[in-house]
Amino acid sequence: MPENCIYIARSSAIAARALAGEMMVMNSADSTFFTLNEVATAIFQAADGHTALRDIVRDQVCEQFDVDPEQAQADAEQFVAELSSHGILLVSSQPLSSEAP
Amino acid sequence: MAAAQKVVCVEIGGIPIALSTCDARFLDLLRQRYDGFLSSSRPEFELQFDLTRTGPASDDDVRVRRDGDEWLIERGDFHARWDPRTGRGSVRQNANPYSLDSVLRILHSLILAQRGGFLLHAASAICDGRAYLFSGVSGAGKTTMTRLAPADITLLTDEISYLRPSADGYAAFGTPFAGELARAGENCTAPVSALFFLEQGPENRVDELSSAEAVRRLMRNILFFAEDQGLVEKLLATACDFVARVPIRRLTFYPDARVWDQVRKFARDFQEVPQHA
Repeated sequence: MPENCIYIARSSAIAARALAGEMMVMNSADSTFFTLNEVATAIFQAADGHTALRDIVRDQVCEQFDVDPEQAQADAEQFVAELSSHGILLVSSQPLSSEAP
Repeated sequence: MAAAQKVVCVEIGGIPIALSTCDARFLDLLRQRYDGFLSSSRPEFELQFDLTRTGPASDDDVRVRRDGDEWLIERGDFHARWDPRTGRGSVRQNANPYSLDSVLRILHSLILAQRGGFLLHAASAICDGRAYLFSGVSGAGKTTMTRLAPADITLLTDEISYLRPSADGYAAFGTPFAGELARAGENCTAPVSALFFLEQGPENRVDELSSAEAVRRLMRNILFFAEDQGLVEKLLATACDFVARVPIRRLTFYPDARVWDQVRKFARDFQEVPQHA
C-alpha cells in the first residue's frame, strides 16, 4: 500500500441532502453548513470508509469529469482536509467503518 | 413558606407558553414586554423563572444540548432546562429583558424545529393579505424595509420572523422580537408569498436564485442553536421544503419607498404567472 493511501468516511454527526446537483451538508455539532459542488459531491458520496481516496478520485472523479488526474488528486486531498477539519469527513490511513447516516 | 408563583401566558406563533415567577416586578416586565402577545389560551408549555442578581445580557455563545431527556440551554447570563416530554422547564437568569427574549427565542426554535418551522433573521410584513419576508445580514436593510413600508402594510417584525408550515405552504406570524426599530410586530399571521434576500444597490430589481443558492442563504439566516443530529436533519429537510414551496428571490433595492412598488409588482406578476403551475 502506498504511504499516502488514505481512507475517508462520512461522519455520523451530519445531515446531508442533494439539491439541484449540489450536496448540502450541515454539522450537527456546531451547525456549520457547507454546499459541495459536483466533484466534491462525488467524493463525498463515495466516502464509504473502505475505498481509498486515490481510487475514488480515479473511479468517480476522473471517470466522470474532464480533469487532470494529478490535479484532481491534489484538489481532492485539499477538499478532504478541509471537510475533516470541520468534522464532516473522517480520515484514516486504515479502512474505516462507514458512519454515514 | 415559599412565595406564590404568578403566571402570564405568552402566545407567539400560535404556541402558548406559561411563564411563571414569584417576583412581582419581573411579572410586570413580562406583561409589558410581551403586551400584545399575552393570551388566555391553555399553555402548551411552561417555563418557571428563578431570578439571580440583575446584570447585563451576555455576549457569550449560547450552548443548546441534550442532557438525558432534557434540553440544557446555557449562556453567561442564563441557565435553563426544558423537558420536551412534559413541556416544562426552569430558567435561572437575571431580570434583563434581552436574556428573557433569548431564552424564549431558543425555546421556540426547538419547538419549531420539531414541527417543521423555524425562526429566520428577517423582517416580515403583510401586504394585501400576504406575508413578505426580507432577510439578510446585519445592515442589509431589514429595518429599512419596515421603515419604508406604506401605511397599509402590517409589520410582523423587523428582526426575527416566525414561520410554520401550513396546508398550502408556510405561514408567517408576528413576533415581539424587535431589532433597530425597537417596536414589536403585530400579533397576526398570513400565508407567505415570497422571501427576498436583501442587497442595497443603485436601483430596485428582483432576480432569481437557484434552489441551491436559496437553501444556502436560508440556512445562513435561520436561528438554530441545538447540537442534535435529529433536529439538524429535520431543519435541513425543512429548509429544502421551504425553498420548494415558497418563491425566493434576491431583492436589490435603493432605500426609498419605491421598493415597495417593486414588491407589489412582483406579487402581481407572480400571481398572474404561477411559477409552479
